[in-house]
Amino acid sequence: MEARVAQTQGRSLFRSDAVQKLMAFAGLIALFIVFSLSSPNFLTLNNIIGILLATAVNGVLALGATFVIIAAGIDLSVGTVMTFSAVMTGVFVVYWGLPIPLGIVGGILAGGLCGLVNGLVISRMKVPPFIATLGMLYATRGLSLVISGVKPIYFNDTPEFRDIAMGSVLGTLIPGLDIPNAVFILFGAAIVAGLILTRTVLGRYCFAIGSNEEATRLSGVNVDGWKAAVYALCGMFAGLGGVIMASRLNSAQPALGAGYELDAIAAVVIGGTSLRGGEGTVLGTIIGAFIISVLANGLRILSVPQEWQMVVTGAIVVLAVYADIIRRRQ
Amino acid sequence: MGDILVLMEGIEKSFPGVHALSDCRFELRSGEIHALVGENGAGKSTLMKVLAGVYAKDAGRIVYKGQAVDIPNPRAAQHLGISMIHQELNLMPHLTVAQNIFIGREPRRRLRFLLDEDEINDRTQQLLDMLHLRLDPRAKVADLTVAKQQMVEIAKALSFNAEVLIMDEPTAALTESEIDELFRIIRQLREKGVGVVHISHRLEELKQISDRVTVMRDGRYIDTLRTQDVSIDRIISMMVGRTIYETAPEAPDNADREVVLEVKNLNRGNVIRDVSFTLKKGEILGFAGLMGAGRTEVARAIFGADPIDSGEVYVRGRRVHIHSPLDAVRHGIGYLSEDRKRYGLTLGMDVENNIALAAFNKFVGALGWVNRASVRQTARRLVDALSIRTPSLQQQVKNLSGGNQQKVVIGKWLTADTDILIFDEPTRGIDVGAKSEIYHLLNDLVRQGKSIIMISSELPEILRMSHRIIVMCEGRITGELSSAEATQEKIMTYATQRGGIMNAGASSHSPADPAQSRSA
Repeated sequence: MEARVAQTQGRSLFRSDAVQKLMAFAGLIALFIVFSLSSPNFLTLNNIIGILLATAVNGVLALGATFVIIAAGIDLSVGTVMTFSAVMTGVFVVYWGLPIPLGIVGGILAGGLCGLVNGLVISRMKVPPFIATLGMLYATRGLSLVISGVKPIYFNDTPEFRDIAMGSVLGTLIPGLDIPNAVFILFGAAIVAGLILTRTVLGRYCFAIGSNEEATRLSGVNVDGWKAAVYALCGMFAGLGGVIMASRLNSAQPALGAGYELDAIAAVVIGGTSLRGGEGTVLGTIIGAFIISVLANGLRILSVPQEWQMVVTGAIVVLAVYADIIRRRQ
Repeated sequence: MGDILVLMEGIEKSFPGVHALSDCRFELRSGEIHALVGENGAGKSTLMKVLAGVYAKDAGRIVYKGQAVDIPNPRAAQHLGISMIHQELNLMPHLTVAQNIFIGREPRRRLRFLLDEDEINDRTQQLLDMLHLRLDPRAKVADLTVAKQQMVEIAKALSFNAEVLIMDEPTAALTESEIDELFRIIRQLREKGVGVVHISHRLEELKQISDRVTVMRDGRYIDTLRTQDVSIDRIISMMVGRTIYETAPEAPDNADREVVLEVKNLNRGNVIRDVSFTLKKGEILGFAGLMGAGRTEVARAIFGADPIDSGEVYVRGRRVHIHSPLDAVRHGIGYLSEDRKRYGLTLGMDVENNIALAAFNKFVGALGWVNRASVRQTARRLVDALSIRTPSLQQQVKNLSGGNQQKVVIGKWLTADTDILIFDEPTRGIDVGAKSEIYHLLNDLVRQGKSIIMISSELPEILRMSHRIIVMCEGRITGELSSAEATQEKIMTYATQRGGIMNAGASSHSPADPAQSRSA
């Protein structure tokens, strides 16, 4: 068995990450060129800012999902955990009157807690990740509605809250370049995620568990504990996504969030992370998230109905993975 | 030999439905190489996994350096200085050599959660230099050959400064020169006072390397003896509880027989490269080679289980296009997988249904009803013909022994009227007694005019059974030998005609190792 792994994956694996990233990046550039040629409204500063902003939430969710998927798991709950975190941020800031920084930390930790529960259910109770996180998807969707009383929580008394994502520090420094903070939060989160993935023990064990879980266990690694940590980390990214979402909408919308997990997983997969685990990069995920946003934005500018945008996105996800399979087969 | 390092006494271990170890005993001294032998299923690996903290024992005690110890998990074993190299390679293919070796105890930077990648690579380089292994610490494990992956495992085990090193079949995938290199390292460890446990089926090899040998049978301890005081025949009879007589191969003249299968220029990626050969009626064609040489891949390609890039297949002189196993069966080709539990049998079904499985349309009457009487009749005939030991035709196959399961698979393909049979490792996981029955069966089959391709990694088996032998290495056919001219040395020479040589600084090996030629 191992022999066949060595043989068929052989040399091709060596540069696989780089090639896949290059393909995804080339795809992104191609989309840019096609849409720029098709519509004069595409390549404008405002539209580009719109695309960047639209990527912020999905990008942050996808960053968290990247860790889980590299560790050969799956997290279906990132969308609703995001909503739950937004609602909790609202509860902390609006209902409890906590200072905004504490509210943000609280929101992120609420997401992390959901992730930790996912991780413990998966590693201690041995429930398959698909089922455990499906359960969390429903639970957090329900909790968001219960806690908020099925009403949005508005941050009307704290106008600064909206500036977290929608203000522009860059705009105050360079007038005219009003790129919202959310975009920089995304890039900051990506850098942090990249460092965690490549430079820390947690990142290393993600790859190790995804590559060969039993071997990792036999090497004396506390696989169950690290798995729980990976899901908790994913939950914290979802929590950050919730804070950005709440800030952007200036409110916590308890009914939002279902379906976001699919966009996040799609971004990860388009970015070349294998659902079988063991390989993947942060840069790939970010490119994947942008491909999805650019596609949605460009098709909207070309007046393609939203229903058809979904069809195209679906086709792109399958094509991206198929291209990867073809390349491996050589 | 030094003091007693490990003493295991009264070890008991049960798994659901199996009493794997009963009242087992094992003693290891420092500075000795201790061989642990027994048939498959004798409990060798299980006993050592108890020592390495993989399994918890049900009863008994383990004394390590004079103190009773508890070893609840692999990490605890490593802390005590007990390392085990498992039978299945246990590496993370996506990580580098260095990352694999230091998994679970990575050197950190001043900030505790940051990895020190340079340190990992430097320390790995030192370790590899010490062992004279020419490997790049930064190379991805998936890109290495199986033999090099094995070396990574050994380097990893040694990096724990182990005082007890357990190796479960470490030489199964290695070439002769690599085995020499491994033995050099093991002897070097013995000099340093490490206690080495060596589990292997290659008894000649154990004779050559070990100081003492412990024999196990059916989950029980049989005896521990000084290796120099005991003959291989005696070890075998202790292992099986009776004496086995090896018979010489029968090699009928088959020069002018009809060619039933011809393969021309078969190619698939870099796993099958330009493979051409013929198979004659009534012949057993042996396919020898090391693990990963591409033999299974060739078999699967011919059988239509994997797509091919190019190549032609002729059955009885007619060009055929086989795109699926269904096509192959139509042309009379059957494939018996090396992993019969996964690919050869439906374990939960009974004997008669497994036998009928590949040819159900024979038993289907009008309106799609299965003619059960006819199924039963065929199954009964084959159970008798193949002497399958089963309490009834309705016995679930998973409750049969390995040898009898293999016979059921053979029965299945006989029902399907295939006269070209490809056996992939036909005796893997089968004990010595059942092995000779399978050999008789193969000989009977070719006498009846069937033709057999037999893939095997056991050289004695290849030499004993084959009329002709094809040797593969890295996807190519590197040699063909008649049974008269074939020896273990010649096969191994062909089987190792590969590109890279991995031993730095090590002496060039002599292909005619005295111990090997004696056994051939």
